[in-house]
Amino acid sequence: MSETSRNIVLSIRGVNKTFGGLKALSNIDLEIEEGKTHAIIGPNGAGKSTLLNTCIGRIRPDSGSIRFLDHDLTGGNMKPHDINQLGISRVFQTPEIFPELSLLNNVMIPAFAHKEGIFRFNPFSALRNEKAIEEETMSLLEDFGMADQAHHHAGNLSRGNKRRLELAMCLIQHPKLLLLDEPTAGMARHDTNRTIELLEKIKQSGMTKVIIEHDMHVVFSLADRISVLAQGAIIAEGEPNEIKGHPKVREAYLGSAEI
Amino acid sequence: MQTIVASSRARDILLLALFSVVVLTAPLWATTIGAGYPDLLQKFAVFGLFAIGYNLLFGLTGYLSFGHAAFLGVGSYATVWSFKLLTMNVIPAVLLSVAISALFALVIGFLSLRRTGIYFSILTLAFAQMSYNLAYSVLTPITNGETGLRVLRNDPRVLDAALGVQVEGSPLADLFGITLTGYSGFYFCALLLILGFRVSLRIFRSPFGMKLVAIKSNQTRMEYTGFNPQPYLLSAFVISGMYAGLAGSLMAIVDPLAGAERMQWTASGEVVLMTILGGVGTLIGPVIGAATIKYFENIFSSFNDQVLQQAFDFLPDWLADFMVTIISPFVGDGWHLTLGALFMVIIIILPGGMMEGFRRIAALFGRKPVKEGQA
Repeated sequence: MSETSRNIVLSIRGVNKTFGGLKALSNIDLEIEEGKTHAIIGPNGAGKSTLLNTCIGRIRPDSGSIRFLDHDLTGGNMKPHDINQLGISRVFQTPEIFPELSLLNNVMIPAFAHKEGIFRFNPFSALRNEKAIEEETMSLLEDFGMADQAHHHAGNLSRGNKRRLELAMCLIQHPKLLLLDEPTAGMARHDTNRTIELLEKIKQSGMTKVIIEHDMHVVFSLADRISVLAQGAIIAEGEPNEIKGHPKVREAYLGSAEI
Repeated sequence: MQTIVASSRARDILLLALFSVVVLTAPLWATTIGAGYPDLLQKFAVFGLFAIGYNLLFGLTGYLSFGHAAFLGVGSYATVWSFKLLTMNVIPAVLLSVAISALFALVIGFLSLRRTGIYFSILTLAFAQMSYNLAYSVLTPITNGETGLRVLRNDPRVLDAALGVQVEGSPLADLFGITLTGYSGFYFCALLLILGFRVSLRIFRSPFGMKLVAIKSNQTRMEYTGFNPQPYLLSAFVISGMYAGLAGSLMAIVDPLAGAERMQWTASGEVVLMTILGGVGTLIGPVIGAATIKYFENIFSSFNDQVLQQAFDFLPDWLADFMVTIISPFVGDGWHLTLGALFMVIIIILPGGMMEGFRRIAALFGRKPVKEGQA
């Protein structure tokens, strides 16, 4: 089989989840291949966020299994820091950064987390001796075109720049899987385009990504593969070209967006 | 707002040197503001230490504890017991106090940090009030209840007895033969204050300190960044509890007795006021806040109606009476009214405390404003 030649990073099999009487996820099968950008799209309330949280072991499915590399995440009680230490970094719908800290500090902290693990008690080591981490951080900020603002407060950035900073915070950890939850939500077209450019650059580095997105423009510029979610079920999956003309997808999106 | 910056070594050494000079020369300059006597200077140093430690928790992580007086009290009791059972030498007393308050902080912190925000504050308050009530009544054999625990001439003091040290008169704390009363007591407190400041400076400048500020800034991001906030918070809690224990120990050293009132919630509230008044999350703000409150407490609480009458002697009688009636509730025992008013004014005008005021003044005179978190 071709299974052996493809490396599956995240594998979800037969996952069901019901909240109260509401079927949030029904019989989801999903495989995320290494180095690919996999988009999950669907109308509001389709279960995208539930699926994302289930993927990383935050929500326990009623049935089915979830594997990330060699780890079984089906249990559903993973702590966020454990998830991160497995190699999954996450970009949120509203950027989660450290607004009171400088851009440099914002990116250095995840770099420390990557280096030190969940806890290290080192109150007497000096920050100024951490040259390697500082240099790595600065060069990443340069790649992002933000080096000149390295000592500014992150809270003063525009929303688009906060998002880019958050991306930098994830990338410094060299994650094995990057989750992007609506990375362009609420952004002006100009900011959206800049974000797409940035994500395209990351794509070339061969990082595995899952993108949850509303904006079809973003999805079709970035995704290698698309799964369409509607009412908790995957109604279509394939390459962008296949999805574009898919009748079921048109039906699910009727009137809500042009494809 | 706050930035943990990798400031240069030279700058930090300068800051520490400046701090040491100001503290050690306090007996000289304090006379000019009418504070040049050891009792008051000791208070500055002791409460300065208490506030520095409190700031390591509240200033860096943003977790507002209302129960730090419990550790202060524990430190005092431990020191008095060390005086009673072991020796009048202060070294074992200080070590014992810091160790025992660390243990207390570990337990109370572990339980209180199950919750965040207001619930955390309430839990710490509850634990501190429990400790107060235990000390006041239930644990009377250990704490001597409302009378307070004091050092007596005929206490065993096994180490002193073994070394053949005799106590003449009432027992006083000593450091290898130097009796720690008056100015020698102040200098002992001052040296520990400088040490405490240095440790705080190191923590501020460490990756550990940066991570504590990150918890305050955005705990969700901190978690998804791969750090477990709990052990970081608990470490900060225990460290600040140890500072409180040290401060409590020093209180009992300069005046060898310990009472339960030291653990009451008002004492916990006082250190919150000191820290906020001086400047939360700044390095020296808490020390300045502590000294300011103790200084004004000393002035205002000594006023009484007679002093006021004399002060307004030059006015016609009816006006003098009127002024005394208006002002007297704010002085003497009522000085907390003044403190409350002062506190409100500062917080409304300067949310960053007195340190923010200094920065604004510096900016006014065209100097480059000192970056926050550096001074």
